[in-house]
Amino acid sequence: MRLAYYPGCTLKTTAKSFEDSALKSLSLLDIELEEIPRWNCCGTVYSLASDNIMFQLAPIRNLIRVLEMGEHRVIVLCSMCYNTLKRANLLVRRDKETLDKINEFAYLEETKYDGSVEVVHLLEILKEIPDKIKEKVKSPLEGLKVAPYYGCLLVRPKEAAIDDAENPTIMNPIIESLGAEPVYFPYSVECCGSYQTVSNKELVVQRTYEIVSSAYNNHAGLILTSCPLCQFNLDRRQKEVMEAHPDFHPLPVLYFTQLMAYGFGLSEDATRFDLNYIDPKGVLK
Amino acid sequence: MRIDIKEIKGELLLRISELSENNVFSCYQCGRCSAGCPSAGSMDLLPNQVMNLLQLGKVDKVLSSKTIWVCAACFTCSVRCPKGIDIARVMEAARVLVLRENIDYTKIPPPEVETLPAIALVSNFRKLTA
Repeated sequence: MRLAYYPGCTLKTTAKSFEDSALKSLSLLDIELEEIPRWNCCGTVYSLASDNIMFQLAPIRNLIRVLEMGEHRVIVLCSMCYNTLKRANLLVRRDKETLDKINEFAYLEETKYDGSVEVVHLLEILKEIPDKIKEKVKSPLEGLKVAPYYGCLLVRPKEAAIDDAENPTIMNPIIESLGAEPVYFPYSVECCGSYQTVSNKELVVQRTYEIVSSAYNNHAGLILTSCPLCQFNLDRRQKEVMEAHPDFHPLPVLYFTQLMAYGFGLSEDATRFDLNYIDPKGVLK
Repeated sequence: MRIDIKEIKGELLLRISELSENNVFSCYQCGRCSAGCPSAGSMDLLPNQVMNLLQLGKVDKVLSSKTIWVCAACFTCSVRCPKGIDIARVMEAARVLVLRENIDYTKIPPPEVETLPAIALVSNFRKLTA
């Protein structure tokens, strides 16, 4: 199965571990991701102010690129890109006037956008094929307890949610297929502080302390995520948390695709644990 | 205290409702937004107090608050509001009104920049600069 794929900027840099692990483990599942040509940054956040139509241009341009590939579905891995592309798409589907404005502004584009692309998160594809994932597992991750962390933009707001906003479970079948056990923890949909990590770091340090501690207290050995900003905050900010809280127990924070690549027995060039701040190798043995 | 309706429904409140496409007057002050807000502890006004001040026409109090900059638009309040108010959009409308006066709300410590991922920098600039 070939699918059009939108990577976004961070999957090419600090979250290269997300892309590498996804591409290599998906090819074992007979899924080939074909990168959209000439993609641009989606803007990372969906514009919430009604007159900010200019900011809808970046996501819509990417959807035009999908049409130009002859595709009507695009797979996104990053939670923030997913949310931005999905909501911009929903906006132009329900608001013809805005769609026309964007098309007129982007008059140099050879293809007009018509709202026909489906924006899909990779988890929505994987939840359909748990048995296939199970087949490819080299050695089941028995005894490993995994805390799935969803954060905000996979499950909120409702129009973009891939699962229930309060009690999502969409990562569970993947965790179970790998032979591990998903654990419930009350902070799985609590915001990590997002971009506040830039100018209000203390807020994110506090949030990381609470979220990771909650996973630890529910006996998780590691945390899974699908957002490069959550991963950065929950992983890197553990440095400051450890300095501030002597009682803190660090936990590795992985992309769900990294755990999949590990379960499939793939080597370090697919798992890319070298990019994790808290080394998962202590837990994965 | 009597408040004249003309004082309440001023230009700024009209802008908030246009930008957010939400009606602040449908809020009945249940407080669910503040109860669930993960950032409430760092706010000077709770989300329900923001809604209440807007209902009273005190837009300036909201625009000068810390709260609108602490909110990271996680949409927890928006999905829980029993009146269907998208509070995250009301917060964004307030931020936008300030930012469009050409005021930026972010300072990046120079040694940090190199360690921060693109996703953090871009979203930070998108949310906190004009």
